[in-house]
Amino acid sequence: MTRVTPEAVEHVARLARLSLTPEERDTFARQLEQVLVYAGSLEALDTSGVEPMGHASASEPLRDDVPAQGLRRETVLEAAPDAADGLFRVPRVLGG
Amino acid sequence: MSDLTGLSLRELRDKVAGREVSAEEVTRAHLDRLDRVEPILDAFLHVLPERALERARRLDASLARGAAAPPLAGVPAAVKDVLVMEGIPTTCGSRILEGYRPPYTATAVARLEAAGAILLGKTNMDEFAMGSSTENSAFKPTRNPWDTERVPGGSSGGSAAAVAARVAPLALGSDTGGSIRQPAALCGVVGLKPTYGRVSRHGLVAFASSLDQVGPFTRTVEDAALASRALFGADPLDATGATVPVPDFTESLDGGLAGLRVGVPWDFLAEGLDDGVAERFRQALHALEAGGARLVSLALPHSRHAIATYYLVATAEASSNLARFDGVRHGLREDGSGDLRTMYGKTRDRGFGPEVKRRIILGTFALSSGYYDAYYLRAQRVRALVRRDFEQAFGSCDVVATPTTPTPAFRLGEKVDDPLQMYLADVFTVPASLAGIPGLSIPCGLVSGLPVGLQLLGRPFDEATLFRTGHAFQLATDHHLAAPPLP
Repeated sequence: MTRVTPEAVEHVARLARLSLTPEERDTFARQLEQVLVYAGSLEALDTSGVEPMGHASASEPLRDDVPAQGLRRETVLEAAPDAADGLFRVPRVLGG
Repeated sequence: MSDLTGLSLRELRDKVAGREVSAEEVTRAHLDRLDRVEPILDAFLHVLPERALERARRLDASLARGAAAPPLAGVPAAVKDVLVMEGIPTTCGSRILEGYRPPYTATAVARLEAAGAILLGKTNMDEFAMGSSTENSAFKPTRNPWDTERVPGGSSGGSAAAVAARVAPLALGSDTGGSIRQPAALCGVVGLKPTYGRVSRHGLVAFASSLDQVGPFTRTVEDAALASRALFGADPLDATGATVPVPDFTESLDGGLAGLRVGVPWDFLAEGLDDGVAERFRQALHALEAGGARLVSLALPHSRHAIATYYLVATAEASSNLARFDGVRHGLREDGSGDLRTMYGKTRDRGFGPEVKRRIILGTFALSSGYYDAYYLRAQRVRALVRRDFEQAFGSCDVVATPTTPTPAFRLGEKVDDPLQMYLADVFTVPASLAGIPGLSIPCGLVSGLPVGLQLLGRPFDEATLFRTGHAFQLATDHHLAAPPLP
């Protein structure tokens, strides 16, 4: 059985770029453990030789690689919280 | 409720096409109905009265000039707020998209409008379609038209409530694990999850891409067939869409039930089924039998593992899909004075509600190093077994019948603190989602004044048999005519 510690939740939250409060972290640890205990029923199944099913598509059609006009840059940037000079603007990327 | 709002999609369309009534009158009647019941239900996040009336007048003018009436001429429709419309706010029920106005329109929405439908507004939903009660909306819960102390189901609860309340005869929803069929059952309307790949997902904000499908809510199966004809079909903008031809479903609608084999997975239904729901389900089976269908017992041995499988697969995909909401390209940004990584964390912490965070964390966990094989990969293998069960089942039957949900609508607040109990509300709808097959929920009676749904599942791309079966059921019964007790 998988134990879910608050530290494990903290680690996963960091991977997912979520900042959690200590209360959220503890609640999620308890609830995730419940869900994973429930999901433990899958461990009893014999899945040897079964191909993993990634999707239910009947086909994956390919199309010709033809250039087409997409959305205009200005139109897309209008929806951004911050943009300048035709670009998305973000805070400092590297620590200074 | 005016005479017009009580009419079906087909009746309204025929009246508008025959110029017995104008699209503008139809639109006004439904907008009036919306104004009357919206304070009770909270089904909408955004209403478009001016735009709707403008489009209706334009349609009337074109019909007056002698233009042919399109297949959904003047049909009022509501759209779940998970489908984008150019220039119109789209939130997915989330704070993180507050204020976002998309620069393009979803294909499903564009097809409804091209077919002459008049869009009334965007409907409330569980945040990013994650939930079974519409209580996870960041803005407000929607209420069940049959009992306003109860949930409408979810995640497409606003669309289901709007159709049940006669605000529109048609609404669009999205179904990942049951988000069309479950609220359709709980609100007493018809809901279709088409075969995976049937409807373009261009402009559908993604939750779990191997499962998501767009589909209609209506009050009659015939209306669902008419709407599907307009919605279905390949789209160059969706590479996962199927190129399978779309039949004229109305041609086979009256085929009847003679010789139809209806499979019932009794073992799967044994656990946790409410007595009243079981009774309505048995009566529905009798009605199908009386019409000439033959009942066949069958087994879906892996379906009892479907919920566990689904919550590993769907959350893994969601954790990846929702990475795009980072405060850079649209919606909310929580600034502060920090660096980029701090901005990401703060924006996502403030923008996402608890259920979305819970699923991102579960999905990230299932995909993370050391757990990938044990959880995600194993779930994908069990998914293949769930599908294999259906393939075998369809060797001995033409449709599989189950109740849509194990219980009628539950009370607001009843399951919000217990995620696992909430997930189990989808126990009968999730297997078909994993298998990618179509599912139709049809009202099959009331239990203590609350609607119950009959779910019919079909072979891939065989929606026609579901419509034929459902239409025959509605001709033989009058459950779909019951209206909720609203002013």
